[in-house]
Amino acid sequence: MKPAPFLEPLDTFAPRHIGPRGDDVAAMLKQVGAASLDQLIDEAIPASIRLKAPLDLPPAESESTYLGRLKGIAKKNKVFRSFIGLGYSDTLVPSVIRRNLFENTGWYTPYTPYQAEIAQGRLESLLNFQTMVIDLTGMAVANASLLDEGTAAGEAMTLLHRVQGKKLGDANGTFLVSDRCFPQTIAVLRSRAEPLGIELKIGPVDQMPLDEPLVFGALVQYPDEAGRLDDLKPFIDKAHAAGVRVAVATDLLALALATSPGEMGADVVFGNSQRFGVPLGFGGPHAAFFATSQEYVRHMPGRVIGVSVDSHGHRAYRMALQTREQHIRREKATSNICTAQALLANMAAMYAVYHGPEGIRAIASRVHTFARSLEGALASLGYQQSNLQYFDTLRIKTDAAKVAAIRAAAEQRQINFRYVGDTEIGIALDETVTTADLSAILDVFAAAAGKKGTAVALDAKGAQPPSWPASLRRTSAYLTHPVFNTHRSESEMMRYIRSLERKDVGLDTSMIPLGSCTMKLNAATEMYPVSWEEFSRMHPFAPADQTEGYRQICEELEAALCAITGFAAVSLQPNSGAQGEFAGLAVMRAYHQSRGDAARDVILIPSSAHGTNPASAVMAGFKVIVTATDANGNVDVADLKKKAEEHAKVLAGLMVTYPSTHGVFEDSIREICAAIHQYGGQVYMDGANMNAQVGLTSPAAIGADVCHLNLHKTFAIPHGGGGPGMGPIGVAKHLAPFLPGHPLVDVRRAPASAGADMSIPPVSAAPWGSASILLISYAYIRMLGAAGVTDATRYAILNANYIKSRLEKHYDVLYTRENGRVAHEMIFDLRAFKAKGVEEGDVAKRLMDYGFHAPTVSFPVPGTLMIEPTESEPKAELDRFCDALIAIRQEIEDVITGKADPKDNVLKHAPHTAAAVSADAWPHAYSREKAAYPLPWVRASKFWPTVGRVDNPYGDRNLVCICPPIESYQ
Amino acid sequence: MAYPTDLQYTKEHEWIRVEGDTGAIGITDFAQQQLGDVVYVELPDVGSTMTAGQVFGTIESVKAVSELFAPVTGEVVATNGDLKDRPDQVNSKPHESWMVKVKLTNPGEAASLMDAAAYEALIAK
Repeated sequence: MKPAPFLEPLDTFAPRHIGPRGDDVAAMLKQVGAASLDQLIDEAIPASIRLKAPLDLPPAESESTYLGRLKGIAKKNKVFRSFIGLGYSDTLVPSVIRRNLFENTGWYTPYTPYQAEIAQGRLESLLNFQTMVIDLTGMAVANASLLDEGTAAGEAMTLLHRVQGKKLGDANGTFLVSDRCFPQTIAVLRSRAEPLGIELKIGPVDQMPLDEPLVFGALVQYPDEAGRLDDLKPFIDKAHAAGVRVAVATDLLALALATSPGEMGADVVFGNSQRFGVPLGFGGPHAAFFATSQEYVRHMPGRVIGVSVDSHGHRAYRMALQTREQHIRREKATSNICTAQALLANMAAMYAVYHGPEGIRAIASRVHTFARSLEGALASLGYQQSNLQYFDTLRIKTDAAKVAAIRAAAEQRQINFRYVGDTEIGIALDETVTTADLSAILDVFAAAAGKKGTAVALDAKGAQPPSWPASLRRTSAYLTHPVFNTHRSESEMMRYIRSLERKDVGLDTSMIPLGSCTMKLNAATEMYPVSWEEFSRMHPFAPADQTEGYRQICEELEAALCAITGFAAVSLQPNSGAQGEFAGLAVMRAYHQSRGDAARDVILIPSSAHGTNPASAVMAGFKVIVTATDANGNVDVADLKKKAEEHAKVLAGLMVTYPSTHGVFEDSIREICAAIHQYGGQVYMDGANMNAQVGLTSPAAIGADVCHLNLHKTFAIPHGGGGPGMGPIGVAKHLAPFLPGHPLVDVRRAPASAGADMSIPPVSAAPWGSASILLISYAYIRMLGAAGVTDATRYAILNANYIKSRLEKHYDVLYTRENGRVAHEMIFDLRAFKAKGVEEGDVAKRLMDYGFHAPTVSFPVPGTLMIEPTESEPKAELDRFCDALIAIRQEIEDVITGKADPKDNVLKHAPHTAAAVSADAWPHAYSREKAAYPLPWVRASKFWPTVGRVDNPYGDRNLVCICPPIESYQ
Repeated sequence: MAYPTDLQYTKEHEWIRVEGDTGAIGITDFAQQQLGDVVYVELPDVGSTMTAGQVFGTIESVKAVSELFAPVTGEVVATNGDLKDRPDQVNSKPHESWMVKVKLTNPGEAASLMDAAAYEALIAK
């Protein structure tokens, strides 16, 4: 029986998630000129695409009810001791980092640091990450993280492909891959090589055909998948002599003891930094690292943090060399990567800051010593270990009967090893291992050998240095910069993390009105189960019967996302929106190929599309044809139809964002999709703007065949200061068989007996991508229910139209529906001010003085600001933001009328730092008060940018992407 | 800025200064203004050939990338190494900051390009 209403839990989530309430809503509706919220929604969204029925989702749960139920699901995950390895090692997350960074809103709610002046904290930390990677790998430059090790391998391959353009001419070339790379790495490489026509030749390193004419690069792993450590220098020298460049997949902890790949001559070095204090999380999120030589820096994918100066001549950090990236270079970008793994890169960097070189070396030595001791003890039990040289991983060869016995006994004692075929066992140790673990392992092996457990006299022998040849023993220093040699006590570490955090604006400071980014609430109840051991300590390749909790969540989340998109199936594997685009396009390609339609290689993309669209299309093997936008910002339907018809025989499909990147629900969308279908194409819907659709319309309702969902936008995963993200894809029934598979875990929903395996190779290293943060989106949907997620959309649209209504008298709104309504975001046009000397960047920087992060600048239209408030912002915050922009409009007017000096004004010198405002000398024509406290409420909790306007050209002309020497700080 | 009359211009905003059978090539003042602060110029190798109308390099500002189109066909005989360290010279002295020098395959080819007056008319549109 349903309890009486007054007995229901009171901690319902929707009123906490959604900002506007009660009288505010009435006032907002009055402001926008709508009689009701329903009326506003009817005016914003074309009737033809509205959903007729509520979403089929489970009822909303209160916060406490949800957590209680989730505890039950968590218990279905069995946390065994994991010695599986394969690129994922358990780690001791320092509590000071877990509490002050991983679980801290100041670190996980900011956006990618495009607005450098209010992001100096995480920019410094990401520079630490790059420095750590550069030191340990022995390379010259590193980026600020990639999505995972598998995609980093793909990026290494395409980098080498680009730099070998002269050798290849028009040929696609051949990439050699060691058969001793991780199986998931090789599988992801397959998904990346095939569309580009790159031939992969996989085989033993010593038999690689380096002299074949079209071989441009080779990939080897160090230590390899079995744990073996071989000197790479002879191979790299041979490859270079043959004109072949070499990428090396590696393990940062091993490099604390082993000679770095850079010192052996590698051209690219990459891997997973997870074991530097980032939880396993059933596959992620973790930060992959990527390093290369100075020569190739402009070919490097991903974000690069660089050092520059600010307007006062002081050091300031920023994202450098952005011209490599998709948002500028589009189909010619070095990669489609957008979201990276900033939060996790910062955790790994802080791990190195906290432990320092001696601490990292001690951890590595301890793990190695355990491995040496274990090898000795296993030998005394009669087991043969086959890795001649190793860091932390042993490979035992025995017979099938013993393997079966060991496996049974190990599972009894809650231990997972890696089982290779019927006769081999891999044992990968990590920093969490204890003498008790070693005893347990030996008991298991002893029992299978019919012997008694053998004691390991660790303390008697002491730490054992590696018995490797000199060429493998690292002699070069690393982590020598003072930042890695200062913060040893927890007090110091806590204060260092906090000192960086306070330099940055996150959602815990003020609203972040970034258009196209959906900076909504990341609720605490959604977040904190991510740290629960049952979720955080699961190895991605743990046996299925230990991961039932996760599997249940994945299955329920897939069902919910199917209901929301109207699609038949969902793959949770892609780790970002861009990765989702690649996956969705690869699925479309596989579908066409399965029908003998392989010639379909043209993708139409409207000119207003996000830069990832053309970049992903090229990666997926398509040719991009850009279609025009009409004067109202809509897809030019006539041009689109003309181009679809022109390319009818080779049309693979269309990529379209809906509502458009201009923030408008276009009436013609169904007509557009029908035209593509008419010529045999598929429609890919970019789900960046899904927050305007959920519950009101859907990708299926507009006629799309496939879409990605940015879980870090619409479904509440925090942006992490530049990642993590997740970009699952939903597909219509005819595309479902092609969703990505995985070589080590069966991720297919359809039973294996349903037919041949049509799945494309994996797009991510882990079966369900960054599985642990799926919990956040799961919580969001379960705590809001059908009515709640739909209300989120409705209030997002109300908030956007409210801002539009308040600001349209002050700024020109670029695009709306014919009735003047916008969707969940809108563009304000600042181009008219340029002739008067005020640019969009000035407005963006001036907002910092008011305590706000800028809206999206110059996307999708140069010279504009795009504002997206989301449903989570209450009226009071929206009003503060509008008041700030209205005040800035007056400041612009003062420049235009000559009341303010054209050069010496509050806009041009923004942002104003505390140091500048409190300096004895004040050289400006306006007052200090006007600079720092332009509106009365700014005083209440003033946010001080810590640097003045960052000099962008200086940073790109004088590229430094490593921590500068300490003297230069003085 | 006045457009020098000893240069020939293209509609893609490159200029060429021909002396004998060799031409020095750069981008115009108008082009550098459109790009903003130039941070990097990628140039072809000496000895390579360029074909009129085809891409021979790229130029980058902080926020934009633009391709460089060859005004003429010829062999690259020199590249301006100064631009590696001082790409800002393209902004400060656009018509003196040559990027490549080419030996023209057809020395008369540049004559068909725009003169300063025609180019100024083009950018005034």
